[in-house]
Amino acid sequence: MRNRKLTPYVLVLPAWTWLALFFVVPIGGMLSLSLTTGNVITGFQQTFAVGNYADAVGTYWEQILRSLLYGGCATLVCIAVGYPVAYWIAFRGGAYKSTYLLLLLLPFFVSFVLRTISWRFFLSDNGVVLGTFKDLGLLPDGFAVLNTAPAVVLGLAYNFLPFMVLPIYAVLERMDPHLVEASHDLYANRVRAFVHVVLPVSLPGVFAGVLMTFIPTSADYVNASVLGGTHNTMIGNVIQTQYLVNNNYPIAASITFVLMGLLLVGIFSYARALGTERVMEVHTS
Amino acid sequence: MASTSTTAPGTPAADTAVPPGPAISLEGVFKSFRSGSGTVHAVDGVDLGVERGEFFSLLGPSGCGKTTTMRMIAGFEEPTAGVVRLNGRDVTGVPANRRDVNMVFQSYALFPHMSVADNVAFGLRRRRVAKDEIRRRVGEMLELVELGHRAGHRPSRLSGGQQQRVALARALVNRPAALLLDEPLGALDLKLRQTMQVELKRIQREVGITFVYVTHDQGEALTMSDRIAVMNNGRVEQLGTPAQVYERPATRFVADFIGTGNLVRGTVRGESGGVWRVEVGDGATALLAELPAALASQGSGAVGSEVDLIVRPEKIRLGTEAPGDGVSAVPGTVAETVYTGAATHYQVDIGGGGTVTVHLQNSSDSALAADRGDRVWLSWPARHSAALPA
Repeated sequence: MRNRKLTPYVLVLPAWTWLALFFVVPIGGMLSLSLTTGNVITGFQQTFAVGNYADAVGTYWEQILRSLLYGGCATLVCIAVGYPVAYWIAFRGGAYKSTYLLLLLLPFFVSFVLRTISWRFFLSDNGVVLGTFKDLGLLPDGFAVLNTAPAVVLGLAYNFLPFMVLPIYAVLERMDPHLVEASHDLYANRVRAFVHVVLPVSLPGVFAGVLMTFIPTSADYVNASVLGGTHNTMIGNVIQTQYLVNNNYPIAASITFVLMGLLLVGIFSYARALGTERVMEVHTS
Repeated sequence: MASTSTTAPGTPAADTAVPPGPAISLEGVFKSFRSGSGTVHAVDGVDLGVERGEFFSLLGPSGCGKTTTMRMIAGFEEPTAGVVRLNGRDVTGVPANRRDVNMVFQSYALFPHMSVADNVAFGLRRRRVAKDEIRRRVGEMLELVELGHRAGHRPSRLSGGQQQRVALARALVNRPAALLLDEPLGALDLKLRQTMQVELKRIQREVGITFVYVTHDQGEALTMSDRIAVMNNGRVEQLGTPAQVYERPATRFVADFIGTGNLVRGTVRGESGGVWRVEVGDGATALLAELPAALASQGSGAVGSEVDLIVRPEKIRLGTEAPGDGVSAVPGTVAETVYTGAATHYQVDIGGGGTVTVHLQNSSDSALAADRGDRVWLSWPARHSAALPA
């Protein structure tokens, strides 16, 4: 009897060990690091001073807001581009669904940084695209895409598009096609069928897609540093500089926690706005 | 339900003038699909009319074209050729959302993100019916299917039978010219299916709406229908009442598909007093009240023609002694007995390569229990024989 009672605990032990080692311990370490003072030469003392947080927010609020804005814009672009793609593959892909998905993912077999850098060549002020348009007189000479906010947003959207497409596709693909027929049968035209049935049923997929794009895009630093120039720095760039260049670990750690807190608050209010039941529910019928 | 005794929930409003004639008619309808290697003729020339208020079944094996036929009535498929009419109006080419028919899907296709009440209200909302009226009609309809207490629940929280009734309510609440049901009981277990058969029939009587019911289950079709169209290979093999289809199958396929048909080859030997004698097995005589139409026109010229005799297994009596005159009398040897609880099935070898199945109820007064190898006599009255040209 005693052994039977223990069995479930023994079974979850590996999972709990994994979580403890690779999530709780590092988070705890980061938290304690964010509450230290000192520098890399004299060492950091655990003072539990919350001043780091005040410094972080006070100094870098602009980058924080910019990150949330760029991440949000990139996520919206991902929905605008990704939803139709997912819809098309799921409902019109026929026998070639897997082929289309593979085509969608193919570019992502190439390194993330390399792809971003190649956009730099592609979009350079007198490169293949802009140069040609300028030669044809279709664009003014001073026109630039690189080193602007739209370049960063589009770079982010491009790099994280599959994370939006795949969850939406998964939900749409699993949807009973008779649901659409039933809505037509009940006098809904194509637009109403989409608004009242397809879209609400696919909301959990959109929600998952938003989480999987908004979180990494808000924290990204590669796109901002490769495509954004010096005026579009995101909070990811600040964290990277503080850690690797300035060795100011306490500040870097506290910025990390501020960002994490903001993302969590954002996600929970988003889930509440959509209705938790609706986004968490997995529809099987 | 006293409050609704004057107007049942589905009664069409008085101002919707309905022209005379069938509720649904199909005229020379064909449907072919292109598939990888060639063309599939799913529906191959169907003509039929469904009367108003009728419970009409399309019965056939899978792939016989019954579902495609129904989908053309609903507007999900367009016929390759032919005309579909609803209440006399040609609706060929009219999209599903502008046809006055509603469908109950095999998978129910309930909207998972809406409550039961919102599911039922969906069609009324699309038609911009007034809010008060929607609330009233949805309430009435949920009462009719006995789900008033589950109005606020999500479909996923209901049992299969309840979901089925929501699907029914969602379609019926719109008071369509006809309700189309695509194997609606297919996903339910046997007990529930039998309960729902009675339930469906009750609801149909109460609302008085035309039902078109697609099924591959002959028992279901026989139990509920006013008329049945038996389909095979995209064609209607026979159209008639359950009794007609069962007692007088028009084709070999119908005889075989509906119930257990004993098909015995025989030769017409003569006629006396309106009853034809047919020689079957080893010179035994079976009696037949009606020749197949093709032979009946030849009168006595039919003598010597070969026919396939059809007798339903439960119409046959089994005895140890030769029966008297006036009935078919065929001797044979019991080849197999199968006990099924309520009845026992006997396979009787009648010679000449023929085997006849006999079903006997295991009632208290059926004393005979023949064993394998026993010599027995089979007998049945002439009116229980049907015949097809061989």
